[in-house]
Formats: sequence, structure tokens, C-alpha cells
Amino acid sequence: MPTVTLNKEVFEKMVGKKLPLEELKDRISMLGTDLEKIEGNDIVVEVFPNRPDMLSEAGFARAFSSFIKQKTGLRTYKTKKSGFKVLVDKSVTMRPYTACAIIKNLKFDDERIRQVMQIQEKLAKTHGRNRKKSAYGLYPSKAISFPLSYVAKDSQKVMFQPLGFDKKIVASQVEELHPKGKEYKSVAKGWKKYPFFIDAKENVLCMLPYTNSHDTGKIDERTTDVFVECTGNDFENVSFALNILATMLADMGGEIYTIDIVYPDKTVTMPNLEPKKMMFDVSYINKYLGLQLSDKECVAYLERMGYGYEKGHVLVPAYRVDILHPIDLVEDIAIAYGYENFAEEIPNVMTIARQNPFEVYKKKVAEMMVGLGFLETKSYHIMSKENQTARMNIQVDVIELANSVSVEHHSMRAWMLPSMMQILTINTHHEYPQRIFEMGTTFRKNAKMETNVEEGDILCTVSCHAGANVTEAKQMLDYLMRMLGMQYEVHAADNGCCIPGRCGKVMVGGKEVGFFGELHPQVLANWNLEMPACFFEVDVSALFGLRKISVVSY
Amino acid sequence: MDVRQIMESLHPLERKVLPHLSSCKTAQEIVEKTGMLDIEVIRALQWLSNKKVLELQTLEEESVVLDTFGVQALDAGLPERRFLSALAKAPLTLLDVKKKAALSDEEVNVCIGTLRGKAAIAFGADKKILLTEQGKNFLEKESLEEQFLKKLVKGSVPVAKLVDEQRFAFDQLKKRKQLIKVSVAKTIIFTLTTSGRNMIKQDIKATDFIEILSPEFLKSGEWKNKTFRRYDITSNVPQVHGGKHHFINQAIEYARQVWLDMGFQEMDGPILNTSFWNFDALFVAQDHPVRDMQDTFFIKDPSSGKLPDKKLVAAIKGSHEGGFTTGSKGWGGMWSEEDAKRNVLRTHTTVLSVKTIASLKKTDLPAKFFAFGKCFRNETVDWSHLFEFNQTEGIVIDPNANFRHLLGYLKQFFAKMGFSQARFRPAYFPYTEPSVEIDVFHPVHKKWVELGGAGIFRPEVVVPLLGIDVPVLAWGPGFDRIITEYYKITDLRELYKNDIKQLRDTRAWLK
Repeated sequence: MPTVTLNKEVFEKMVGKKLPLEELKDRISMLGTDLEKIEGNDIVVEVFPNRPDMLSEAGFARAFSSFIKQKTGLRTYKTKKSGFKVLVDKSVTMRPYTACAIIKNLKFDDERIRQVMQIQEKLAKTHGRNRKKSAYGLYPSKAISFPLSYVAKDSQKVMFQPLGFDKKIVASQVEELHPKGKEYKSVAKGWKKYPFFIDAKENVLCMLPYTNSHDTGKIDERTTDVFVECTGNDFENVSFALNILATMLADMGGEIYTIDIVYPDKTVTMPNLEPKKMMFDVSYINKYLGLQLSDKECVAYLERMGYGYEKGHVLVPAYRVDILHPIDLVEDIAIAYGYENFAEEIPNVMTIARQNPFEVYKKKVAEMMVGLGFLETKSYHIMSKENQTARMNIQVDVIELANSVSVEHHSMRAWMLPSMMQILTINTHHEYPQRIFEMGTTFRKNAKMETNVEEGDILCTVSCHAGANVTEAKQMLDYLMRMLGMQYEVHAADNGCCIPGRCGKVMVGGKEVGFFGELHPQVLANWNLEMPACFFEVDVSALFGLRKISVVSY
Repeated sequence: MDVRQIMESLHPLERKVLPHLSSCKTAQEIVEKTGMLDIEVIRALQWLSNKKVLELQTLEEESVVLDTFGVQALDAGLPERRFLSALAKAPLTLLDVKKKAALSDEEVNVCIGTLRGKAAIAFGADKKILLTEQGKNFLEKESLEEQFLKKLVKGSVPVAKLVDEQRFAFDQLKKRKQLIKVSVAKTIIFTLTTSGRNMIKQDIKATDFIEILSPEFLKSGEWKNKTFRRYDITSNVPQVHGGKHHFINQAIEYARQVWLDMGFQEMDGPILNTSFWNFDALFVAQDHPVRDMQDTFFIKDPSSGKLPDKKLVAAIKGSHEGGFTTGSKGWGGMWSEEDAKRNVLRTHTTVLSVKTIASLKKTDLPAKFFAFGKCFRNETVDWSHLFEFNQTEGIVIDPNANFRHLLGYLKQFFAKMGFSQARFRPAYFPYTEPSVEIDVFHPVHKKWVELGGAGIFRPEVVVPLLGIDVPVLAWGPGFDRIITEYYKITDLRELYKNDIKQLRDTRAWLK
């Protein structure tokens, strides 16, 4: 979630009211943002990703002033025609949409420049998905000669001076030389050409999705008129971005001028700040919230969240990207009503509880191990491949993660014993005997499953002390199987982790459900253990599945 | 305790030393007389002292004894004597002296230093070392140090009793490496108390007491003629350790019972899921950052799974692209089946709720479900982050459910978990609307603790899965925070440390 630092003084001036600190903190939280702290003149908040319109002082203040009833209802933004055009060339297939505007009569100082830079950055990160979906640029408009072309060109054939550079370079070098080129290279993966804005005098404004040109320059204290461009691969996303930027600049005192975007097949005038209409159904609202609000009350709450109302319809501001369905209005009404004002209720509905039978079965298995005096442990599902294979002197097909966090944790657990060995290894300084067990999920490839992976809950029991041997392992296993009423057979088995001739597999109804044995001294040495150990592993999921067919009746 | 009771409670070791208490004064004397081990006598005396039969006093005396090199020096002579002896017949070069006297480099250096200081040797013109008159005197006479070492062979000498010449030799030798050392000898002296003096006059034979009640005694009935030795039941005993459930599971077991008490049914399901269930069915847009590599664990091989039946896939696709039949705008764009097939370690137990809703029929409603489960996020481990975490999940699918019910269920659950105060703040999740963040008031720390999210599932989630638009109350707060608060664990890694001593000693979950 994006964290933004808001200038408290600017914010309060725009809200038009100064609240006591504690009340300010409370109201910010209850509006639906995560307040991190208020320190001096800084308000640090995490804005939820569905509200990019609140990423600036202006946008935040707009929402907040409605919420605290300072200035409620729909804000209307007037636009004038600039008469300028942006010509979209059919070559920009990689980023086919643009939305542009001019905002005039602005006043800039260092603080305002910071605000504009911050929203541009945060908006591109969230709403623009790190420039993948859309990217934005702001320019002093007086240096630009209209009409502008939005056109894709071979980057080797364009020369321009990127922002922060002292001479012109070939555009194809931007990805290796310019910091933004390096940072966002992945956005342009597979592009053969790059989109550029080029003005009527053939000056390059910017190369997308990377950087502005030095010639058109940056916004500074002398700038009064600003040209805003948003480009991307989704028309709606780009339009919203422009609406958010344009209304913010308007709230900072600017006047919005439209630009005609001329596509090969149509012309669209931007920005379009007309509110969208949504059906208003008070019974739907009351049903979801468990309230009995009147139409009038609902409208009042909607106005507290910046909406308008007109003849049975809610007017949704043009900068609200998050209103997909009437349910989104329901939440805003709940916020305006105040989460703290809802009377909690447990409805009088009869339902019958039911434990998951497998969970019950596992609990009983655990009871038996506890009864034998074993201590239950709890390990991670993700571990190293090495510990599951080489260190156990056995080959197992282990499922690896595509994006591991560390060498220690990069594979899914295929069997339980390695987890138990890890535990014994870190406990050699504690009193023996050490008797531990764990039931955990293991992962094996199986093309029959939906994910092509089969999960099974495996019980592993280990006893480590001077007298540990295969007889003890078999006794433990036998106790469990008898208590579960499972008829089983033991067949001699070979397993690299056991002493030869001291390992057995456990068969129920012809199916192998586990194995047991006395650990090989080499394996003990691999785990730095100087104490004998014996173990058994059984597939509890399999036992659960087999429980009906082989229950012994007495 | 009267004398009789004390007598009855004597340990066999105590009874063994008893007859010697009047004739001996120190523990050592009893050891010599009885042939018991030092430790046995000391323990017996300690116990008798606990019973106020006698008073103990420990005297510590420092005495000088030979150390390793001291023993060697007695045999071969101190290095300086060996140095001088080598020169007795004729002057030699330093190298020859070293060879003849069999000295190490370090010893040679020390010898030259001290012997030149005492003017016992001199360097000749030919760079050979020669013996001075003084040196010859030294050779003939035993030094004070040598005399002292010889004395030590016969036995240790108490530091307090050193005479002047010995004191000088002691000070000199002390500076040198491992020739002598000071050992501290402890002498345990006891004095009988009044009741002790009374007691030793009594005549009770050791065999009169039953130490262990054996089956033989029971069979023969012999115990009737005997007295049981009284034990000091206030003394410490070695700890025993029981088998037990892991404390995380104890906590989960308690919380499971809370949901069951409230009429919920338990869900379960796999940890590995396709993105379809984990994300798409929950209306998480395919370009949402949570689906990026840095947040979620993906699988190398098999990287993808299979999609469920076509009807459901079409409904989810429709929901993303244009809102399906819900009246929602959807996310727009194109929904990719390939992205939906990607396997992920579940990022929330909400995937269980999704699968449960997909399996329900209209006639099953109203219905309430819960689950506990492990979830995963791609995170580097530190004190406040783990890549695995426990979540508790709940859904209520009820045509008459509303937001106030959601808050009611949550408040009730947390009250039963020991947090009587809960507050709710607006939040954002792609699949719920309204969305709620739950805070509980920590009764000990006196602060609000953030526990996780809840909400009502969006129609874009419910309609494709269930076929009808019904409010589904849903929550999935993290559970680790509740466990760590209860066990006062400050480092999350402690949860999976598996330190056997810690597991043995951790108290039971008592609520």
C-alpha cells in the first residue's frame, strides 16, 4: 500500500478547518486510510489502493472535508476548450491510449512542486501498476507548439536530450544510461518501437515509459500553465489518471482546459469530468448494512463521501476509480455512518456445528502420541532440498519454489523425518531421552490432482536416546495401529536413512502407508547427532481413507 | 521435630556417619574412619545440619603446591641451573649452550636475562659465554627457589605459614610459568548442637527403618514390625516431562471450540492452489500487485494446474472482464486462463471459503463455516515476519445477514479469545465491500492491537460461485498475534523454534 506524507498545514488550509490532534487522528482512521503517524507538520498515511484520488493533499483534503461535514456533496469542475489537439498515430499499438489536458493559472513554489512530484510518483506506482498500465508526465505548456503527435518510433532514429542530461543522445541508449530507463526497462519488454510525444516544431517532449526531454523542461516557480499527458494500454485507466491529476491541480487553483485527442477513427475530448450515474436503491443499502435509513439520510451520508444525487441516481465523481457496483456505495455510506456507530448483533439463526472428520481423526492420533509421552513439535512447510535428500542419504522428488526467499527455505516438504532431524540437531544440549512427534502436510507430484501436486498429512515420531532401536520404533507404530484398529503388515525394506536390515515398510490392505527404522550412523553424523534414534512415519491421510475397510471389530 | 522424629527421618548415609560424630571434628576424619566417599560424608553432614543436629563451618586454607613444570624442574633442574652447568667446563656459544642444556628459545632468553642480572655469566670476545666467579658460586650452592621446590615435594605448605626465605622463593617462583600454584583446601568442621548431642545418645539401629517398601515386605508382612524412614518432603526432586501438544495447536484447539460453540462447520483443503481459486474467484485483478513474485510463492514445477468446470471458469472470466451478471463494471481488460492456472501457496485461508461456497446449493443456506490454516507470503524472516502464518477463517452465508451481524460474530469470537473490547475500522480488500479492519484492546498492554481483516464478499465473488446474490460475511484475521500475546512471545520465530526445553516448560493454554 502506498504511504504518502502530507503537508499538514496545506492539508488543513484546503480542508478549511483545523481539528484537535486526537480528533484528526481518529477521523483520518475512520475515513478509511491507515494513519501511520502525525509528526510535526507531516501526516503520514497509507492510502488504500482503491483510492488513488486521495494520494495528494488536495485529494485527501477533498475527501476529508466532506467526511467531517465541512464541505459536502459533489464537487463540480468546469472545463474550457483549449482548442489544442493531440494526434494519435496508429503506430502506438504497445500503449494505444492517451488522455491530456492543460491546466492554467497555477502558482508553484517548492512545496507545491513536491506535492505534484509525489502524486505523479505514487499514482504511477499504484494506479499505473509501476508504469506497466499507465504513465504520466507534466510539462510547462508554454514551450510546446501544438498540435502534438503521439507516435511510436524506432528508438535508434530519435535523438533527444533526456531530463538531467547535458547533451542529446540516441533514444535507444536511454535504457542503459538513464536511471528511469534502467528502472522501468521491464515495462517495455518486447517493444520494437517506443512511443514519443513530439510537438509541431519536431521537439521531443518525452520518451515513454521513461523520461521527459530536457528541452521542454521541468515545472518550476515560473510555471503557470501545465500540460498533462497520461498514456497507457487501458482507456479507462488512463482517463481516470487524468481526472485525478486535473482535479487535483484545479483544487490547487488551476483552470482546466480540454484537449481533443484525435485517434485515426475518432476524436475524444479530454478530460471528461462529468459524474457517472449509478442506480440508488435504499432498500439494498439497508439490507446490507442492517439499518433503516430513509432516502434523505442516505443522500446525506453519500454527500459526506463526496457524491451528488439527482432524480433517483447517485452522481459518482469522475476521479473515483473504485466504484464498480452499487455495493461500493454501500461501503461509503457505512463509513459516513461511522463503523463505530453500528450496533453489533448476533442473529438468531440455527445452524449445526460440525468438526471436520479428518481433523478429529488427526486429533486422536496426536492424543495417542501424547499418551506415549511424546512432545509435539511444529515445523515449516518450506525447507531446503539438501536437507531432505543428500543429508538423509536418500533420493526424493522434491517440489521447488519458483521464487525462494533463501537457501534454507526453497522447497516444499516431501516427507517429515528431515524436519524432525532438524529439531534433534538444535537440541543436542538438552536432556535425553528426546521423544518428539509432528503431523504435517507434505507435497508430492501427482498429475491426477488439480494442481498436479498431492498433499498428505504425515505423522512422524522420533525417539532419540542411548537405547533407541528399531524394536522401539516398531513398538510405537504397533501401539498406534492397534489403537486405530488398523490391521497392518510389515515388510522388510531398504532406505538409505536406516541401518541395513533395520527398516520396515508398513502395509495396510496392500497399500504402503509408512515406514520405520533405526537411523543409520552416517545420517546421524550428517545431522551432528551423537545419540541413536529410531522413528516411524505414517501417512495419516491414507490411514483415514482406509479406516473403514480394515477396522478390526471386537 | 523431636529427636525421635529426626532419628526416623535419617537417610542411610546420615545414619552411617552418626556413630562418628562424637569422636571426629572434620568431614575428612569421618572419611578416613568409615571409608565412605567424600561426597557422601559431605551430603550426610549437610542434611544433618538442615535438621539442626549439627552446625557446619567451612575453613578455607591456601597452600602452595608444585605445578607441572615444577615437578619437571625437580628432576632435570631449573633452566638457569642447566644453563650454568653447561658452561661448567668451558665457555660455549649460545647455540651450544642451548643444545647441551636442552633448553627452549624462551627458556634461553629468560636465563640470559636473569643470569646477566645476577652477573653469573659474561660474553667473551669470541662471542662465547663464560661463567663468572659469581656463576661458579651459584653452581655450587642450592638457590632458595630450589630449596623451596624440594620442600614442596614432601607436601603442600600453607601460605600463611611461610617463613621469610620461603616467602622470597614463593614470590619469585610465582612469577614463573607453572612451577608452583596455590591451591585452596576446604576443611569442613562440625559441632553438634544440643539436640544433636541428645540424639547420639539414643540407640536406634540402622536396620530398624524401611527405606523402600518392597513387594517382599508386603508378602511377608514384615513391614508391621518396622518403621518407615521419614523423608524430607520439602526437598527438591528432579523434574519430569510429559508428552504434550504443541502450544500453537493448543491455542488453535481452543479457538476451534469457540467456532464450534457458535454453530460453525469446519472446512479444510489443500495448501497449494491454482491462482484461479486463490485470486481469480476472489475478484483479485490479474494485474494486482499481490500476484507478483515478490509477494506470493509460486512453484517451479509443476508451475500450473488445471481449471475447474467450464461454466464456473466462464463465470469468473465474465466477472473480471465485465462484472458477469452482477451489474458491476468488472476490472475490464482481458482475463487470462494461463494466469489463473498458475499454482500458488495459498496466501489466505479465504481460498477455503471460496471452494466451500462453490460447492453449496441454495438449500444448504443459511450456513456458517470456519477453518484454521497455514498461509504463505514471500517474506524474509525476522522477528516480526515469517513466510508462514496461521489464519482463522469464517464465513456466514445467509440471505438475511448484514454488516451488523458481521461485527457481532467478530466481537463474540474475540471476547471468547480474551479480548472483551474490539473496534472496527474501514479497510480495503479487493473481494469485500464493506471491508473491516479489526483491532482488539490488549487488557495488559493497554493498547489497540491490529488483528486482521473482514468484510462482506462482493457480488462479483458470490454470484459466479453460488449462482445467486446472497450476503456472505467473511473474515480471515491472523492467529499468530493471539498466540504470541498469550505466551508473551516477542519474536515470531520463537513459534517454530522447537527448542525441546522450551516446549517441555511452556505452560498449557489455559482459558
